[in-house]
Amino acid sequence: MSAHLPVLQVLIPLLAAPFCVVLRHRDIAWAISLITSLVCFAISLMILDQVLTQGVISYFMGGWPAPWGIEFRIDVVNAYVLVIVSAIGAIVSLYGRHSINKEIPRNQIYLFYTAYLLCLTGLLGMTATGDAFNLFVFLEISSLSTYALISLGKNRRALTASYQYLIMGTLGATFYVIGLGLLYMMTGTLNIVDLHNKLADVDGSLRTFQAALAFLTVGLSLKLALFPLHLWLPNAYTYAPSTVTAFLASTATKVAVYVMLRVFFTIFGVDLFEETGVPNIIMILAICGMFVASTVAIFQENLKRMLAYSSVAQIGYIMLGISFLSVTGVSAGIVHLFNHAIMKCALFLALGCVMYRVGSVKLSDMHGIAKKMPWTMGAFVVGGLSLIGVPLTVGFVSKWYLINAAMEADMMPVAALILLSSLLALVYVWRVIEVAYFRAPKTESNIKEAPLSMLIPLWIMAGASIYFGIDTDMTLGVAELAAEMLVGGTP
Amino acid sequence: MEALDFISPGLYNYWIVIFLMMAGFYIVIARGNLVKKLVGLNIFQTSVFLLYISMGKVQDATAPILGEGFDTFSNPLPHVLILTAIVVGIATTALGLSLVVRIREAYGTIEDKDLLELEDETS
Amino acid sequence: MSMELSILLSILIPIIGALLIAVTGKIPNLRESVTMITSVALFLNVLTLLGPVLDGERPELQLIEMFPGLTIGFKVEPLGMMFSLIASGLWILNSIYSIGYMRGNNEKHQTRFYICFAIAIAATLGLAYSSNLLTLFIFYEVLTFSTYPLVSHKGDENAVKGARTYLGILVTTSVAFLFFAIAWTYAAAGTLDFVDGGILGGNVEGPMLGLLLMLFIYGIGKAAVMPVHRWLPAAMVAPTPVSALLHAVAVVKSGVFTVVKVIVYTFGIDNLVNSASAGWLVYVSGFTIIAASMVALRQDNLKRRLAYSTISQLSYVVLAAAILTPISAIGAALHIAAHAFGKITLFFAAGSIYTAAHKTEVSQLNGIGWKMPITMTAFSIGALSMIGLPPTAGFISKWYIIQGAVSSDNFVALAVIVLSTLLNAGYFLPIIYAAFFKKEEDRKDDHHGDHGEAPLPIVIAITSTASLTVLMFLFPDVALELAQQMIGGAQ
Repeated sequence: MSAHLPVLQVLIPLLAAPFCVVLRHRDIAWAISLITSLVCFAISLMILDQVLTQGVISYFMGGWPAPWGIEFRIDVVNAYVLVIVSAIGAIVSLYGRHSINKEIPRNQIYLFYTAYLLCLTGLLGMTATGDAFNLFVFLEISSLSTYALISLGKNRRALTASYQYLIMGTLGATFYVIGLGLLYMMTGTLNIVDLHNKLADVDGSLRTFQAALAFLTVGLSLKLALFPLHLWLPNAYTYAPSTVTAFLASTATKVAVYVMLRVFFTIFGVDLFEETGVPNIIMILAICGMFVASTVAIFQENLKRMLAYSSVAQIGYIMLGISFLSVTGVSAGIVHLFNHAIMKCALFLALGCVMYRVGSVKLSDMHGIAKKMPWTMGAFVVGGLSLIGVPLTVGFVSKWYLINAAMEADMMPVAALILLSSLLALVYVWRVIEVAYFRAPKTESNIKEAPLSMLIPLWIMAGASIYFGIDTDMTLGVAELAAEMLVGGTP
Repeated sequence: MEALDFISPGLYNYWIVIFLMMAGFYIVIARGNLVKKLVGLNIFQTSVFLLYISMGKVQDATAPILGEGFDTFSNPLPHVLILTAIVVGIATTALGLSLVVRIREAYGTIEDKDLLELEDETS
Repeated sequence: MSMELSILLSILIPIIGALLIAVTGKIPNLRESVTMITSVALFLNVLTLLGPVLDGERPELQLIEMFPGLTIGFKVEPLGMMFSLIASGLWILNSIYSIGYMRGNNEKHQTRFYICFAIAIAATLGLAYSSNLLTLFIFYEVLTFSTYPLVSHKGDENAVKGARTYLGILVTTSVAFLFFAIAWTYAAAGTLDFVDGGILGGNVEGPMLGLLLMLFIYGIGKAAVMPVHRWLPAAMVAPTPVSALLHAVAVVKSGVFTVVKVIVYTFGIDNLVNSASAGWLVYVSGFTIIAASMVALRQDNLKRRLAYSTISQLSYVVLAAAILTPISAIGAALHIAAHAFGKITLFFAAGSIYTAAHKTEVSQLNGIGWKMPITMTAFSIGALSMIGLPPTAGFISKWYIIQGAVSSDNFVALAVIVLSTLLNAGYFLPIIYAAFFKKEEDRKDDHHGDHGEAPLPIVIAITSTASLTVLMFLFPDVALELAQQMIGGAQ
């Protein structure tokens, strides 16, 4: 049984999805998706444990050995990402029931859970697989279900947002396939480890090679919303149902970042990658993203949109860490991958609660709301402080590592820029806190605190963003192992 | 001579790929009609299919079917991959088109420009 | 009771107190008893550490390893001991005072007030005991954020604006400069521990050392060295107990305490003397002393005048540290204590006048000395201490600072001290004169006319702090011993 964990991880949600369609009942569908997500989370923890104790797991699909068959290959890096994705999945499905019942038409709810499970399948598959083309297939599974999930939003703009994302996402995925095709031309293999081995002999100045890297980078940058390829993201996050936004914001882009890490470090390897000069471009774009997106976030009236822009900025931090190409830098990126997932999830879940009670997440509708919904806004404050990078929250841990990486690389100005950009976060977070806590409510209304079934998952996330801000053993430990492996060049 | 290799007729398939790719890409960017954008997207994807399939071709080889008298075969793997990619492409197109239908129901138009105006009004 | 436990309890007692206050918030009498019991328990607990520290012990407690090689840890050294004694001792008096003030003025949100106050005290003690810069920074930020609700307590436009300035400046400076300086220090020295003689010797040289010092000085916005002093007058929108304990003792003293710590234990006095990169600090702090006094001279609002006086007095501590002689460092440590007692008395008096007579401006105080004799006597004692006249604590600290300036032939510092003493006299003596020797003008709206002393709790508190100011002059042994030990260790 334990030998089949890697495939079960992906297979279980895939098989659970049709049940939701067949049974056509919203509560049963919810129960199925909750149980599935919890099982996935348990499996991912078991896998992480296996990887940490026994090393890399290789699973040959159908018994065909790599590089001929499809291999599921799990090392520290993707075991870690699997845990993030499935944990968020579990939390979100725990949370989602009330919110979904309210935000999605009754007759579509079971379809929502189907799409959610497929999306989970896709994301877990992308993470687990060791085959670059198989990765594309999972990428499309997750993307297609994501488009469907976004289009379920109440506002009709959800449709155009979803369409926009579909176009951009498909372009990105196709770019990825083109890049992969070029690599296949040079090496004749699609297995990631095999690609690494064969590319080691390739001359870095070869044009095919460079074109391949360019296509892969642009394609994945689209998926992970690296500035300035983030245009699809704000609308998609704003108009998707709250639960979907929370799920996507903390998983979809993170998995794309993971794939990027794989491409850069495992397939190409640090040395080849550095020669191409791509890291410098990424660094500049990441810094631009941090500033531009944070600045735009300050002027948003719709808080979901504000957080969406903040996500673009935070992705900038992650990519900046990666672009240092040092162990500290990549650890910072990986740790922020985890930390940002937690805090953004908490923030979007809090907004989901607000949406549930108030029916809007416009700043002007939230005057004095902290008195009515103290627990919800409390969690929002925790998440917000974490975005700023206040000590004792996860945000501080990431920032500390990132700054250290910059110092280590002798890039003091970059370190200064990181700090300056976090001041922008202070502005946009504080704007909300002031309105929620210190403004008198505009009209007398009987808004109540969100139901407990939403508050508990919310506070699990908020609690986690404090807990992991203090006890960093697990997150940092794993991130460092992963970074050493990636930068060290062992596939 | 070597410098001109890249325009040699032997590589014309890549020129077709690049032409289709750019044409599709251009349509996606430049056309305002949502259906036309999807058409462009399809052309763009098709170019990739061609890219893969043409790289599977081996000079003087037959189709990859075992048979008497043949010992060089074309590489079947790209074809298989592209079969998958075609399926993905169909799914994307289907989803895209259904979104377009829903957009038309909700807005009464599928022109980018009109949509933007409508959205500005509502927001 | 082991000393490790005492250290831990110093931070836990106020936090537990805060929780109990939250629980008992509905019953004001019980809530206030909790506050009182907590503060007394805290002070007694801190006292148990005094004996061992005076005997030369340095109790240590390493809590958790936050980053590899960097722990959240505590180590009680003399200066921290002194600071924690002052903060926890004055918290008792301030609590008595708060009860009188908050009830006397029918303030709202009293539960939130007491909770945040307790958390701020916990942060102050954590800061006082920090064994490294990272821990110090963490508590520094906790202190900033926990005092924000106190500053914006009134919740009106004015209070929110003031609080925004307060938070904005403190967070901006700490994130942009202090955090940067700490990361730089870590990158250069590989450690952040407070070590006798400093950790930067040989690691950072020449002009860079000066730059780093500048980052620290302006990063520690709480020390209010011009031009990052603006938050302090802005914070005067807070209720007077907040201004008294936090903005005359805990918050601002955290600032100068950090400055002294950084100069003594991070840079090392000898290192700074040798590299001659701290000379500018004398001019900057000297300028702040004089300029702030001049501004104070022109303030009619009593609390604002006190705020500018605080800015000026804080820079005394910075100046004393910047003179870089052991004896002036003793002066710096003593001045932290002396100014704490004196300034809290002055703020108590200001609050007392506001509660009893609803007067806030200096020009309204004619003849008030005869109506509120205890308050104004205490005010006079506090003012004398600010000027530095015997028999008050201010005289002792000033004496040491002057000795230090003379022994190092630092005539700039000497001139600054002499000039500022005159200015201090210039803005305090007229108040005393007016209060006792001028006739109260006939007021048309006479309903404030016949007031007596402030409520009893206020009178008790103000008498105690005024007595402390005198007692410290008469019995300076403990403070002096602690200050000398700090230097004894540092040489």
